[in-house]
Amino acid sequence: MTDYLLLLIGTVLVNNFVLVQFLGLCPFMGVSSRTETAIGMSFATTFVMTLASLLSYLVTTYILAPLNLEYLTTMSFILVIAVVVQFTEIVVHKTSSSLYRLLGIFLPLITTNCAVLGVALLNLRLEHNFFESIVYGFGAAAGFSLVLVMFSAMREKLANADVPTPFKGAAIAMITAGLMSLAFMGFTGLVKL
Amino acid sequence: MINIVIAILVLGSIAALFGALLGFASARFHVEGDPIVEQLDALLPQTQCGQCGYPGCKPYAQALANGEAINKCAPGGEDTIKKIADLMGVDVQPLDENHELDKGPTVAFIIEEDCIGCTKCIQACPVDAILGAAKQMHTIIIDECTGCDLCVAPCPVDCIEMRPIAETIQNWQWDLNKIAVKQLD
Repeated sequence: MTDYLLLLIGTVLVNNFVLVQFLGLCPFMGVSSRTETAIGMSFATTFVMTLASLLSYLVTTYILAPLNLEYLTTMSFILVIAVVVQFTEIVVHKTSSSLYRLLGIFLPLITTNCAVLGVALLNLRLEHNFFESIVYGFGAAAGFSLVLVMFSAMREKLANADVPTPFKGAAIAMITAGLMSLAFMGFTGLVKL
Repeated sequence: MINIVIAILVLGSIAALFGALLGFASARFHVEGDPIVEQLDALLPQTQCGQCGYPGCKPYAQALANGEAINKCAPGGEDTIKKIADLMGVDVQPLDENHELDKGPTVAFIIEEDCIGCTKCIQACPVDAILGAAKQMHTIIIDECTGCDLCVAPCPVDCIEMRPIAETIQNWQWDLNKIAVKQLD
């Protein structure tokens, strides 16, 4: 149990996908200008990442590994992620129109989020078992969400701040992201894995 | 050689399985229409005035859902734009200049001496605010008129004009949004 908790904390804070491993930077910069959209994106990504890491574990262990087809992992993971995203979109559209309104436009974007593919591939490289894969996927998504929502809150404040002209817009956002990354580097060594 | 065939078969069958799953899901969870169009339509003022360039509010709602600019509804004004922006999760934009109502609320007025009773304006009115019959003088029901301008163009004798609504104690409103708020450093 402790192992799973450590893995979760380690993934959320220490090896944060966005700020330490630099995965999933496009949505991090792209949908962080408003907190509301950032929260929507976070929920959608969390759902898809957890489900995708689960499914990709099953695909590698029960289909690819017995047939010695490990070289097909990347390709089949892309397939898995695309299907999970599409399936989620269809189901959410039918079951809850308010949730669809919140997540709808972000769901297709997640297909191209490299953090999702990153989780699946890292699960394989770190030789995680079934539950570790799920925890790792959820932790990565939670870390992504945490950072995305915090960053969007900062950007909303920055929109009102008196920023010098050369730093306005994307420049100050990049600098903020860099400082956040530095801050998260401070968690290094909190959890030894 | 046999490895390649196995690889292709495996990937192909995974893809076929997932394809079947998605096909089943899209048939099983089929959704009639886009719910967001209904919600957008509910926000629009339903004057069907066509000033946005679409034949009515529903078509404009449809276009909004497909990414049309949110600032084309003149009768709705800033309030409607704000609500649409909230619903769509985009930033509020000022009303499109082409559709700006700079004269404030207006109401149509028929110069009754000139009216020939042709009923063309009655057919144009989206809210049934014109009273009259063929070869009878027409008049505007002021309470129903939304000031959409649509009756002005069809009138063959140009007897309809748009008149600003005078501000009275009955229709005066607090307009707090108009007061410029400036942030001081």
